[in-house]
Amino acid sequence: MPGMPPLKDRRIWEHPILTFKRGRRVKFYFNGNVVEGYEGESIAAALYAAGYDVFSRSPYKGRARGAFCMIGKCSSCFAVVDGVPNTRTCVEPIREGVKVEFQEGLAEIPSATGGLEGKDEEVIEGVDVLVIGGGPAGLAAAIAAAKHGLSVLIVNEHFKLGGQLIKQTHKFFGSKDLFGGLRGFQVAEELESKVRSMRNVRVLLQATAYGFFRDGWVGVAGKDRLYRVKPRFVIAAPGAAERHLAFPGNDLPGVMGAGGAQTLMNEYGILPGDEVLVVGSGNVGVIVSYQLLQAGAKVKGIVEILPYIGAWFVHAAKIRRYGVKVYTRHTIKEVWGKDRVEGATIVRVDEHFKPVPGSETDIPCDLVLIAVGLTPDTRLLAQAGAVVTWVPELGGLVPIRTKYLETSVPGLFIAGDASGIEEATTAMIEGEIAGLSAVVRAGADDAGNAAERREALLKFLWDEYRASPVVAKAKAGKLKVTVSEDEMERIRVSNPPPVRFGS
Amino acid sequence: MGEEVRKHPIIICRCRDVTLDDVLKAIDEGCEDLECIKRRLGLGMGPCQGRTCIPLVIGIMARRLGKKPDELLIPKPRAPVTPIPVSLLLKSVDVKVEGEGGDENA
Repeated sequence: MPGMPPLKDRRIWEHPILTFKRGRRVKFYFNGNVVEGYEGESIAAALYAAGYDVFSRSPYKGRARGAFCMIGKCSSCFAVVDGVPNTRTCVEPIREGVKVEFQEGLAEIPSATGGLEGKDEEVIEGVDVLVIGGGPAGLAAAIAAAKHGLSVLIVNEHFKLGGQLIKQTHKFFGSKDLFGGLRGFQVAEELESKVRSMRNVRVLLQATAYGFFRDGWVGVAGKDRLYRVKPRFVIAAPGAAERHLAFPGNDLPGVMGAGGAQTLMNEYGILPGDEVLVVGSGNVGVIVSYQLLQAGAKVKGIVEILPYIGAWFVHAAKIRRYGVKVYTRHTIKEVWGKDRVEGATIVRVDEHFKPVPGSETDIPCDLVLIAVGLTPDTRLLAQAGAVVTWVPELGGLVPIRTKYLETSVPGLFIAGDASGIEEATTAMIEGEIAGLSAVVRAGADDAGNAAERREALLKFLWDEYRASPVVAKAKAGKLKVTVSEDEMERIRVSNPPPVRFGS
Repeated sequence: MGEEVRKHPIIICRCRDVTLDDVLKAIDEGCEDLECIKRRLGLGMGPCQGRTCIPLVIGIMARRLGKKPDELLIPKPRAPVTPIPVSLLLKSVDVKVEGEGGDENA
């Protein structure tokens, strides 16, 4: 086990705009030491708050590992929890008395007596719509479908609903019915209370859809049991994962995704670091920098490989006022430190983005945030047999779809970041379109309201919302992968879908 | 800071500690697509199932080999797409499905 840093309290107790609602105190153990956290925190967050930032040694090279994505997408935050190794501590809530242990390399085979006791699998038949992912897209889809009387099952990997909305503290733009004026976490609260009030919606938390099987069965793994679901329609909204960069030391604890830092800071009120270097000056990099400053951290600089700041002007102006140094035409060369980040070296690049020898600058810091974009999490869709293709404008592999968001697997719809990276407002619009599409296809649109609303949303999405030049890239990407119904039928002939929904 | 804290590898896959050097060596030895790299280095086969490494490797291979990502034979994910405790699988129930029985990968 690596030497521990002096324990400290990383919780943010004073903040200019946010008040953190903390639950009751919960005591648990890390390597036998008592750690205090608050109900509603993840194990990773509570450990981090107490100053523990290294949770394991990697399996083959024995490298220190800690928090990185904070949303259950990567494998950095593994620890042994109540005897179960490889537990993603970032999506595991703290519980009174839970025993967390440092994981030293490869896990031992769990013994028959220790660890998890499974319950009998539950078979769920007769549900109209299975919604995979309870973020903005999934919740909007569930509400749209349930409003028209369809029964809905939401499976959500995290122990909270809301996806990444719960760490968004900035106010939304736009009109009231697009939640304009509300902060992201307030939008999540509204969507969640709506979903919870609908009796035809069932929610499974800490549940992951792990595969599509013959005859349209979908496997879902919960915390203590499996579920075997046979839905009429599926709406997949599994979100995205943060992109990473290749540089020496890129796995050291203290190198974190910008979104991971936002989870700690905005959702849990925990300061992710004291002195921070941010890599990437797009909206996320600039917004996270501003939030770090508000939370009391020092932002040592923002590194941007291009000659200009990528963020929208409204965001960039905020960090300018704080005098944050933006190193344009620079890239990160390496990160240094023993078992955790102690600093980073950045280097200037020439017009071909090649590092210029001799132009290095050392920047001491304890946190390096990677804000270079997201990549859609489309593994499950590809497993289902949906035809996917690589679209750089959308962040990676995305499914081909019709304008109604149906993939090449009939009755399997997509929405949100998994359909190509945009942001929360488009995710909610896409979610609603997908939900309404299920309504129309299920024959539940008696008065034609669903079809009418869907056309209005499509018109708004393509002709107004995406007409803005600041989202031109995403629009171009989405145009590339949106095909006509006829074209989709041709795609299905050459790539026969292994499963079909919608009957 | 001492020299030792500056000499870190470039980790492409955190699950299996695969480095950039490992990837470049595999390409130089003839791996021309992701299927080959996956079989050679186990990339994408760890607990996160390629969510971090595959996008990185696609970029590295596309640049090195002058190919488009779609030409790199991106491995088809298989179920389960996320690790599942064996103790849960042992509690699966038998469901009579249309056709001749047991489930298969879609």
